[in-house]
Amino acid sequence: MDKERGAGEYLRLSVCLFHGNIRCDYAGSSNHIVGLAVKWLLYTTVTRATTRATTRARMQSLLCVNDVSIGFGQEQSIVEQLNFTVYPGETLALVGESGSGKTLSCRAVLRILPESAQIRSGEILFNCRGNVSNLARLKERSLRDIRGDRISMIFQEPMSSLSPLHRIGDQVGEILKLHRDCSARDAKRQVLAEFERVGFNNPQRAYSAYPFELSGGMQQRAMIAMATVAKPELLIADEPTTALDMTTQAQVLGLLKSLQAESGLALILVTHDLGVVANMADQVVVMRKGRVMESGPAELVLGSPVHPYTRDLFAAAPVIPEFEQGEVLPQSDDFILELQNVSKTYGVRHGKGWLPQQTITAARDVNLRVRRGKVLAIVGESGSGKSTCARIALGAELADPGGQVFFREDPTAALIEVQSLSPKQKCEFQRKAQMVFQDPHSSLNPRMLVADVLTEPLEIHGIGTATERRDRAVDLLEQVGLNASMLRRYPHAFSGGQRQRLSIARALALRPQLLVCDEPTSALDVSVQAQILDLLEDIRDRLQLSYLFISHDLAVVARIADEVAVMRRGRIVEQGPPELLMANPLHPYTQALIAAHPEPDVHRPMDLAAVALGAGEPETWSDAFRYTNDDAPPLVEYELHHLVRTHG
Amino acid sequence: MSVVSFILRRMVTMAVTLLLVSALIFLIINLPPGDYLSNQIAELRSTGQEAGVAKAEFLRQEYALDRSLPEQYLIWIGVWPGPHGFSGILQGDFGWSFEFDRPVSEVVGSAMWLTIVVNLAAVLFVYALALPLGVLAAAKSRTWIDYLSSFIGYIGLATPNFLLALILFYYGNKYFDLPIGGLMAPEFEEQPMSFAKIKSVLLHLIVPTFVIGTAGAAAMMQRLRANMLDELNKPYVTTGRAKGLPPARLLTKYPLRVAFNPFVADIGNLIPSLISGSVLVSVVLGLQTIGPALLAALKSQDQFLAGFVLLFVAGLTLIGTMVSDLLLLLLDPRIRFDARTR
Repeated sequence: MDKERGAGEYLRLSVCLFHGNIRCDYAGSSNHIVGLAVKWLLYTTVTRATTRATTRARMQSLLCVNDVSIGFGQEQSIVEQLNFTVYPGETLALVGESGSGKTLSCRAVLRILPESAQIRSGEILFNCRGNVSNLARLKERSLRDIRGDRISMIFQEPMSSLSPLHRIGDQVGEILKLHRDCSARDAKRQVLAEFERVGFNNPQRAYSAYPFELSGGMQQRAMIAMATVAKPELLIADEPTTALDMTTQAQVLGLLKSLQAESGLALILVTHDLGVVANMADQVVVMRKGRVMESGPAELVLGSPVHPYTRDLFAAAPVIPEFEQGEVLPQSDDFILELQNVSKTYGVRHGKGWLPQQTITAARDVNLRVRRGKVLAIVGESGSGKSTCARIALGAELADPGGQVFFREDPTAALIEVQSLSPKQKCEFQRKAQMVFQDPHSSLNPRMLVADVLTEPLEIHGIGTATERRDRAVDLLEQVGLNASMLRRYPHAFSGGQRQRLSIARALALRPQLLVCDEPTSALDVSVQAQILDLLEDIRDRLQLSYLFISHDLAVVARIADEVAVMRRGRIVEQGPPELLMANPLHPYTQALIAAHPEPDVHRPMDLAAVALGAGEPETWSDAFRYTNDDAPPLVEYELHHLVRTHG
Repeated sequence: MSVVSFILRRMVTMAVTLLLVSALIFLIINLPPGDYLSNQIAELRSTGQEAGVAKAEFLRQEYALDRSLPEQYLIWIGVWPGPHGFSGILQGDFGWSFEFDRPVSEVVGSAMWLTIVVNLAAVLFVYALALPLGVLAAAKSRTWIDYLSSFIGYIGLATPNFLLALILFYYGNKYFDLPIGGLMAPEFEEQPMSFAKIKSVLLHLIVPTFVIGTAGAAAMMQRLRANMLDELNKPYVTTGRAKGLPPARLLTKYPLRVAFNPFVADIGNLIPSLISGSVLVSVVLGLQTIGPALLAALKSQDQFLAGFVLLFVAGLTLIGTMVSDLLLLLLDPRIRFDARTR
């Protein structure tokens, strides 16, 4: 085992050297010249033995980034001595956490950096049909001919990356109008063909649709169509799936792969998710604080990471653990929160005034119970109704008549029906049930000091004197692992993880018994996500809290939840403790969710077929689970504590 | 939501709003004690001119000023029989101006149209000036172009209108032979419309348009610049750059289109501020717009004239708001399409 690993390292070194990537920032090789000499020796001995490296030498590189440094204004460079090479038809993954400079690096290729940023040194050689040009120094006019035509780009947020006021067809077709000398009719024909290729069922409809009429996954498909319609040689994808839920992510990644296989497109994939890397990349560049930490072929970097930072990233990557199907311990019947027969329908104003109002059912007959001191997780894609359930649980919204929400403060207290509380009682109830929001950047008022953020709930409920409130704020900061010196700062002075700690502290201010956490970690880096989950577990045990935990990520849920409910289109399709549900997923949608979770292991690729099957329309599920005309089969108990929606 | 049904619905709400506004206007005008005629009667009595008193008493009855306030209001808008049957605004009878001793329609008749012309010219001027300057200032933000256009804009905002008017009149007359004061040469007054008269009006319009419009244009330019700067940082602009769009085309097709919404929405707000802002200017420049008449009417409690003028301005504002909403509806598909209601 050790020997194999050693060989792997040598090979990677050699390849790195071959590409000019000698700055592998090896821990221990502080003496540069000695390090170089060692690497050179390794290189000369190993290249002879490695066929892969020699074939590479003959292959023409498509894009070669040499020693590029990028900085803002007069400040120190943010990205320094960046080196990587992309070969035709291959995928190179730029991996790193937020602030690692990966986005800046990939944008430097097209020189679409923020205004004050500039490429300070180095060259970006792009091989366009035999003509090599240095994109770092190319004239703006000539660069425009390359942008969108030879090299195109897709972005993280498809909704905001598309103009809200122009039709999709117009925005996609614009590329052809700019770079191809073709008639409007011909352009439209090509765009429609591209829409079909990226998986639009009705290309004509998509052509005349506005972005807000499409779902997130469909918007990203439109972005991909926009990027590929001119048949570029290189596609740069900047976190293309981070804003999407798991099953959609799997579908979009699958689409990128098949487009690549069809047209020999090279791909630069920027991501923080090692699971995505493992499923997509041929080459990997790991970045941290603007430096390359490690680079090389995916099997090697992912198979046996050398740099401690890469290893840390792996340790933090969320993985769905292998559950042994075991005995479920008998559980108490002390529920802090119960949702009974909760449904919620929204009216949708129709475009045509004379047609009857349409309704959307966000939740149907949801029954959920949160045990005291335990964590109930609701998992599902966007639009599955999980956030609606959370809002109803907090009394922020009323369920349709017939649904009830019960809350019991402690085992001996009287049952409270949340829906029928008077405004005064509701205020009292809200002290005991608090919420942690998804995006710590927008859920904290940027104009309030941390001290004010933390004491505001106490002021609203008239608790304590000013000094008592202040003491409480200090207390809260310590509880979430921050310190009292931060009281006089504004939220912008904190990192994403610290802000989420602040928003947890704020939720704890009123000493609640129940926390509703709405995707509390999905806006955070993986390493920070792990810390926040640690914190949530810690305060649950310390303060005897119960959680209603909303997430789209099964790996997060598997870690923290005592019971999991999988929701799809407003209905719970499967429910049970994670050790039963994950060990033996029965429902096709649960199976799809598990299959869609990208594992950071090159040898365990996603099962795209299972994803497509389970994440499809409920009418296409296998007989046992199929809905007919919106009629779902009942939720039946498959085994003790394990419910599934099936006909039999 | 179809455009036709939108317009119809807006018409109905406009009518209701106008009704409420008319009641409010009537109430406010009548808040100070007394009215034009009772003031006059008191004055005549004190100077011993009994003959005048009889005439004033007659007018009081003639215009129903001796009745209760709600009754007066209903007669004024024309849904209650007055001394001469149903004869109010709804029937096209705008009442009598005591101050000018003529029917209101005669007092404001030509002024009404000139007001519309002056303000339309001012609105067009505001937009024509603010649009290119605002876009330019945003596109070249933090360069001398930005600073220069902001500087000019702030001068426009900070200079008192009447001072600007006097300066422009002096130099305009000296170097370009522009006419001073009024809205047309005296010989065309009370004359039927002719080509020469239109030309005279246009020439006279130059300075007033400039004076009334500068402040509005400066404010709007700054607003457009701020909107544009916000939009320029949006991801869809980066998408456009990544497509290889040339800068000018990128700017006008995407961010300008989005930044345009608040710009259009301002039409409704612009009209009342222009009219109230131009009252003083009209007096200084000797423009025969509705402004000086309104000032005179308010000072002397000439209630029918004041009421009508205020109602007219309110109507213009409502129409302006409706036009801007309609434009927004046509410009922004997000407003046109389904909205989720909670």
